[in-house]
Amino acid sequence: MAQILKHHLLNDLRNQGLPYDEHLFIDKKVNTSAVERRCATVTKRRSVKKVSQAAWLLKAISCIDLTTLSGDDTPGRVKRLCAKARSPIKRSIVDALQVRDLNLQVGAVCVYHDMVKEARNSLRGSEIPVAAVSTGFPAGLTPFKLKVLEIHESVAAGAEEIDVVISRQHVLNANWKKLYDEVKEYKSACGKSHLKTILATGELGTLRNVAKASWVCMMAGADFIKTSTGKENINATLPVTLVMLRAIRDYYELTGHKVGYKPAGGISKAKDALNYLIIVNEELGRAWLNPKLFRFGASSLLSDIERQLDFYITGQYSAFNRHGLS
Amino acid sequence: MDYGEALESDLIAQEWLKSKNRSFGHFINGKFTKPKKTFKTFNPANGDVLANISKGDTTDVVSAIKAATTAQKKWSSLYPHDRAKYLYAIARIIQKNSRLLSVLETLENGKSIRETRDIDVPLVVRHFYHHAGWAEIIDEEFSNYEPVGVVAQIIPWNFPLLMLSWKIAPALAAGNCVVLKPAEYTSLTALYFSQICEMAQLPKGVVNIITGDGETGENLIKHNSINKIAFTGSTEVGRRIRKATAGKDKKVTFELGGKSPFIIFDDADIDSAIEGLVDAIWLNQGEVCCAGSRLLVQENIYEIVKKKIIARIKKLRVGNPLDKSIDMGAIINKSQLNKIENMVEISRGEGANIFQAEINCNEKGCFYPPTLISNVESSMEIVREEIFGPVLVMLTFRTPSEAVEISNNTQYGLAASIWTENINLALDMAPKIKAGVIWINSSNIFDAAVGFGGYRESGFGREGGKEGIFEYLKPKESQYVRQTTALKKSRKIKKSTVLKIDETRKFFIGGSQVRPDSGYSKKIFDIYGGFVTEVGIGNRKDIRDGVEAALKAVSWSTTTSHNRSQVIYYLAENFSKRKDEFSTYLENLTSEHDIDIQVENSIKNLFYYAAWSDKLDGIVHQAPIKANTLAINEPIGVIAILCSDYMPFLSFVTVLGLAISQGNRVVIIPSEKNPLTCLDFFQVIETSDIPDGVVNIISGNHDELGEVLSKHNGIDAIWCFGEKNKFKNIEALSISNLKQTLTFEGKRIDWSNPKSPILKEILRKSVQVKNIWIPYGE
Repeated sequence: MAQILKHHLLNDLRNQGLPYDEHLFIDKKVNTSAVERRCATVTKRRSVKKVSQAAWLLKAISCIDLTTLSGDDTPGRVKRLCAKARSPIKRSIVDALQVRDLNLQVGAVCVYHDMVKEARNSLRGSEIPVAAVSTGFPAGLTPFKLKVLEIHESVAAGAEEIDVVISRQHVLNANWKKLYDEVKEYKSACGKSHLKTILATGELGTLRNVAKASWVCMMAGADFIKTSTGKENINATLPVTLVMLRAIRDYYELTGHKVGYKPAGGISKAKDALNYLIIVNEELGRAWLNPKLFRFGASSLLSDIERQLDFYITGQYSAFNRHGLS
Repeated sequence: MDYGEALESDLIAQEWLKSKNRSFGHFINGKFTKPKKTFKTFNPANGDVLANISKGDTTDVVSAIKAATTAQKKWSSLYPHDRAKYLYAIARIIQKNSRLLSVLETLENGKSIRETRDIDVPLVVRHFYHHAGWAEIIDEEFSNYEPVGVVAQIIPWNFPLLMLSWKIAPALAAGNCVVLKPAEYTSLTALYFSQICEMAQLPKGVVNIITGDGETGENLIKHNSINKIAFTGSTEVGRRIRKATAGKDKKVTFELGGKSPFIIFDDADIDSAIEGLVDAIWLNQGEVCCAGSRLLVQENIYEIVKKKIIARIKKLRVGNPLDKSIDMGAIINKSQLNKIENMVEISRGEGANIFQAEINCNEKGCFYPPTLISNVESSMEIVREEIFGPVLVMLTFRTPSEAVEISNNTQYGLAASIWTENINLALDMAPKIKAGVIWINSSNIFDAAVGFGGYRESGFGREGGKEGIFEYLKPKESQYVRQTTALKKSRKIKKSTVLKIDETRKFFIGGSQVRPDSGYSKKIFDIYGGFVTEVGIGNRKDIRDGVEAALKAVSWSTTTSHNRSQVIYYLAENFSKRKDEFSTYLENLTSEHDIDIQVENSIKNLFYYAAWSDKLDGIVHQAPIKANTLAINEPIGVIAILCSDYMPFLSFVTVLGLAISQGNRVVIIPSEKNPLTCLDFFQVIETSDIPDGVVNIISGNHDELGEVLSKHNGIDAIWCFGEKNKFKNIEALSISNLKQTLTFEGKRIDWSNPKSPILKEILRKSVQVKNIWIPYGE
């Protein structure tokens, strides 16, 4: 009973982290071929069609971190993105689906630090948070002092979510304590802003490393663990997702803290989004199908979802040029 | 937010049924017969009647067999390439109708559309493609073999179309014609397959499909014109078939029941192991012969594993099998459902702890929830008997050797699944578990290129892969020695000097000379009528002791093949020193000529099998997944051998060398007429470093000893090279533990030539193939 109560009380609290304890993660096993087989079948075991599919796609939209992370980003570009974030699907679709009451918006807008201010301005009046990528994104190889400073700056500029990149070298050289200390420092720099730790899974070599890095980040207090920057050669995949979700589940079992999950990079089709939602639902459960605990890092996904919704309503396949740019 | 319904339409399948007036005859000689004596087939998920199926009677069976027999000659003489074209066409047509077949299968069997669509039908297609390939190259790969002839095939209801393909594809590829009987509850996809045969323009009579129940099947297997029976189903029915066909010179392969262990070590990826468990026991509602139904968990992770299984069970969705979001569909019928319910309730009464997911299904359907049973002991029925339902029992073990012990504590031996991240442990466990298929860090994966089949009472023979093709072939008949060429002495030999000192011939059991338990002896005379000596008459107790000794000599089966070959070379060496002495004896004891050559050949054959000791290597199958599958040859275990009267000494030494070269231990009964020199052979064995119990020699009456041996449940195989009237009993009597039997209808084997296809075939039968799936990936 005490255990249940503890869970109940902690459920809605942010992850407090744990003291560094190697025993909790150092022996994590991941059998890659078995993970691949699970991933190959899990999305075939579930299928959402018609009205259910439309509902799931709306859910997917609410979980999107609408993102622009390019060297040529300008305030004008960010402004357009934010407009799309506020009304992600065109009014005719909203009406046809009779979901105006939902006041559907994306989960967040994700930009570089320099664009935080513009994003804040453009989103004023909405509840959409601004997420800033940070700590020398994407490689994370700038001086540590500056990385911490970058977080402070973004928080000060109004970013409510900070997407940090971890030092891959700490994972590859198994300097887990260093990784823990680094993330812990970031967490403290974030203050009230939520910390998302980007593992850059495509650069970690093995799924075991992904599992261990997930654990270290959660122990250090990450609110979300996130796959990728979108800049690695391999970004979000289902096997990496499965490993991270299982780590989140075990961490929850142990602490009662629900850590969020954010796959990012390469998720551009509505079908992909459904597959991710299904695997999250199957491995973690309904509670995680919620922008507080699940996000897609994506830029072109929204347009594809919008087209699919259009098809659901009209029965005709839509085209990109019939929907607003993000 | 839930998944909603995602129903696969059954419109096309229903239209097809309507177009046939929901009424089917048999497919005989390329035509459908008019429906008669029909029975109904149902959709187990809702109780709807799907169609009326004809019950095959004797007339139907006879005409199907006749059609197959007539077609056989032409089919087997086709160019391999031409047979390959038909198999290829069948594969293509199945692929083009894959969704219809999936839906039809789901309708009648109750399994989920996900499985029929993603597992069953793709494997069926793969099977026909793969065997189109075997058809193409059969001549070069099996040059000394010929088709067995007309094959009766009886398949179960759990994988109706897949089992059909496992049966028909290799049979056709090897040049045989078939009469196949689908299970009475699941005939529809087989009937649709008949139509596919028509579409592929398969010559009439090559494939015949007879529908019906057990009685139809019985008529089929008993028919004299059937050359081979391939059966997949329960061990009980397997026994009945073996008995009914005993002594009729029919080749038999069985794929029977199981109670396969699923072993999780504490260093496994536990989450993945639990997904593996879902595939192991909740695939196809657990109605899978190789289901991983006995979970063995290392004691220190018991609680965590149990908790995770329960959490996983709660996530399984049971319901309308046509719904694409369903994990588990309906049980095949009410009687199977009742059987499952009864077994679970009995275990509850015995104190078992039962966890079941809540399910909410169509009440007209046969649904049963995924079930986990803990707090059970290995003596309970629920742990020992095959349930054939979605019911998992959970046991613990402490050490790897205890895991092996519990795993092997069963009459079955079909499959096993081993979960550990330690490759040393996995590869150490794999050979120790008595099962035909081992899945390392995986479960229930299949492929046409990989043989499937069991040890012990899970059957014999393999389906799939090269090992599966052998089962549809036999060595060319011309390789036997013609009976008419009687071997008579061409020269008169002088009567040898009668031995002066009285000689005592004992048995050789467990490395010691042992007096016959009976205390009776039989006089042996030479060919001139002169008394030579007396040999013991063995009885039940001598056999008991011999088998006991053989069972203990396990190390011979696990020692290195190099070591075995060294010992057999040494045996040959020691024997060669005494060959003149043996020749002299034999000259006077047999009317056969060229005794010197026979003795010389004995030495040569021992060399030959010493050579093969470390060369009968397995192969690595390449299934189309990221895995290496090792098909390794393992010894059968303890083999009982009744030796031939023909070339009594040469045949004795040859078959002895053959059997032990592959790591088997033998209880060998020399020729009844001519046991003397064979009994003497122990002297050579004793001096040759052959461990005690590997070879046990007992003489006596073949009928009497054959019966004891056949019935002995500690013996794994029995080979009979004796006369025609003896092997009938051996096949019929060996059903208790379903021994592998080898009989030759009293046909004479040319023992002087171990390279002959027949002896090569016996060498192949001295091992059983274990397929070890080793997935990889990092």
